Amino acid sequence: MIALLIRDLRLALRAGGGFGLGLAFFLIVTVLVPFSVGPQQALLGSIAAGVLWLGALLACLLSLDRLLALDYEDGTLDLLLTAPLPLEAVVSIKALAHWLTTGLPLVLAAPVLGVLLNLPGGGFFWLVVSLALGTPALSVIGTFGAALTVGIKRGGLLLSLLVLPLYVPTLIFGAEAARRGAAGLDPQTPVLMLAGITFATIALMPFASAAVLRMGLR
Amino acid sequence: MALLVSDLSLARGGVPVLTGLNFRLEPGRALILRGPNGSGKTTLLRTIAGLQPPLEGQISGAEDRIAYAAHADGLKAMLSVAENLAFWAQVFGNSDISPALDAYALHPLRNRLAGTLSAGQKRRLGLSRLMVTGRPIWVLDEPTVSLDSDAVRLFADAVRGHLSAGGSALMATHIDLGLDADVLDIAPFRAASTSRVGASDEAFL
Amino acid sequence: MSIWQYANPVKFLALSARVQPVLWVVSIAFVVVGLSWGFFATPDDFRQGSTVKIIYLHVPAALMAINAWFMMLVTSLIWLIRRHHVSALAAKAAAPIGVVMTVIALLTGAIWGQPMWGTWWAWDPRLTSFLILFLFYLGYIALWEAIEDPDTAADLTSVLCLVGSVFAILSRYAVQFWNQGLHQGTSVPVATGGRTVADVFFYPLLISMIGFGLLFVALVFYRTGTEIRLRRASALRARSERGV
Repeated sequence: MIALLIRDLRLALRAGGGFGLGLAFFLIVTVLVPFSVGPQQALLGSIAAGVLWLGALLACLLSLDRLLALDYEDGTLDLLLTAPLPLEAVVSIKALAHWLTTGLPLVLAAPVLGVLLNLPGGGFFWLVVSLALGTPALSVIGTFGAALTVGIKRGGLLLSLLVLPLYVPTLIFGAEAARRGAAGLDPQTPVLMLAGITFATIALMPFASAAVLRMGLR
Repeated sequence: MALLVSDLSLARGGVPVLTGLNFRLEPGRALILRGPNGSGKTTLLRTIAGLQPPLEGQISGAEDRIAYAAHADGLKAMLSVAENLAFWAQVFGNSDISPALDAYALHPLRNRLAGTLSAGQKRRLGLSRLMVTGRPIWVLDEPTVSLDSDAVRLFADAVRGHLSAGGSALMATHIDLGLDADVLDIAPFRAASTSRVGASDEAFL
Repeated sequence: MSIWQYANPVKFLALSARVQPVLWVVSIAFVVVGLSWGFFATPDDFRQGSTVKIIYLHVPAALMAINAWFMMLVTSLIWLIRRHHVSALAAKAAAPIGVVMTVIALLTGAIWGQPMWGTWWAWDPRLTSFLILFLFYLGYIALWEAIEDPDTAADLTSVLCLVGSVFAILSRYAVQFWNQGLHQGTSVPVATGGRTVADVFFYPLLISMIGFGLLFVALVFYRTGTEIRLRRASALRARSERGV
């Protein structure tokens, strides 16, 4: 299992694309927001938490279609099916690799981008906490979407359509937690809901993802 | 422990392609599948490898004992030869890749990125992967594609080595490898085109 | 003979042929009666004026939008467990009907709300939930279309329906949390037998709901029959291409 994780991380680092691309996209979205809504500090400050959450979500979405498609195309998935690893473990490792290479960098970059959008002081901590709690769910749910579309040519757009409605609860609670933190309110409820969703998806979605992958590989 | 296939029926794309297939593969033996293109060899090999379920029948002795190699080699272009092999070794719970590198003369290439290899070298790497799995039954679909005659000899030697160590091999190939192998022609087992049993659209006809 | 005999496509088509004429006539009759009674023969609401009459279209459509998804969920489970093709095709057939119902619910919801809210759209929890449901439907239909092998498509869309259902329910609560909302609270608690809407409004609504329900059933029979015939045609074509 560790071997698979290390291999995926190594590939992400060497291929370059996935790792930096998500961060670059996050930066681009953040930079474009003031151009679209105007530079007033107060306005930016009030939408900063939500915009950053949305940017992180979209950046996560970007790298999903390469998650499984590459392994499908070169036959790795078929070979992994014959290996002693349970497929549920394989998809979990894939989701973990995705989070380490996409979600985690976003979490770390968010405070910096928060400065660009005039995020209020109290918001930084809760932004990072909510993203740290929520991005794993995005990876796990995204892996399910990738498994659904694994054999479909140009499945990227369909993948987005399938995954975005599934992202809504995480986005709502995550952004709300960040927003309340920024406004100095108590973010306990959304944080707990977010944590609940994340742990439930991490525990349960791999079964659905593995089942779907088996169906798609037949 | 032998690989035993009894009364196997297979479908491809929802349409029955083979029925009533029976054979037995003893340890130390090789079985070569022959049959025209499209007769279901690939489907049969995939089913035995566990990638798709059969329509009917039993496969015993295959659980966790298969090493599968087909057209797609499962190689990552951005990893070196050694890294690719080491990965598969670790997945299957082994660590020593030297015998595999030796058998296919891959030592000189061990630090080359797999993406820079020629087609023949890639295929040699893909076949060497079988040796690091430690699995007794090799299931091979057209293994000699892209191999020159030297490489074919290496492959045949590797198979012979595997057989004498008690492993077995099931392969679909047109090439004469010079192995002492049984041959199974699957054409007689072809499902009649009017056959509907188990077809995915059987209910609609 | 149990209901499972209709898992056989031929028997299903026979049932469908017997049942559809009645269903169409009765459902259209109920819908027409319900809507015309509601639109023309009921008094205006003192607060909302005559636009409240859109309720006769909005509520049944919204109910059907949810029922369609629920029916897809049940038929998807039947497919996954018992592999009855008719079940999978029924789910596929119901989805576009569900989408249309959802769109009607959204449009009529906007029309209903506009005089009260002053805008054509407000992110009220119920409307927002229907918007999310709309996206789920789109994804489901798109996945059916994207996969070539019909059985694999049935498998994948069934799992999507299951997982989607869990997330749809989760979204409902998330959206309620997210916005306390402008909806006027349940006005038709039919199941509890209590009525917060006056009787004069209730009966035409009930008739309309029954009509929409029967209409949904009629449409599902019709479209499932079409899917079965399409599948049969492609099976025959596949056989003939193989030289039978």
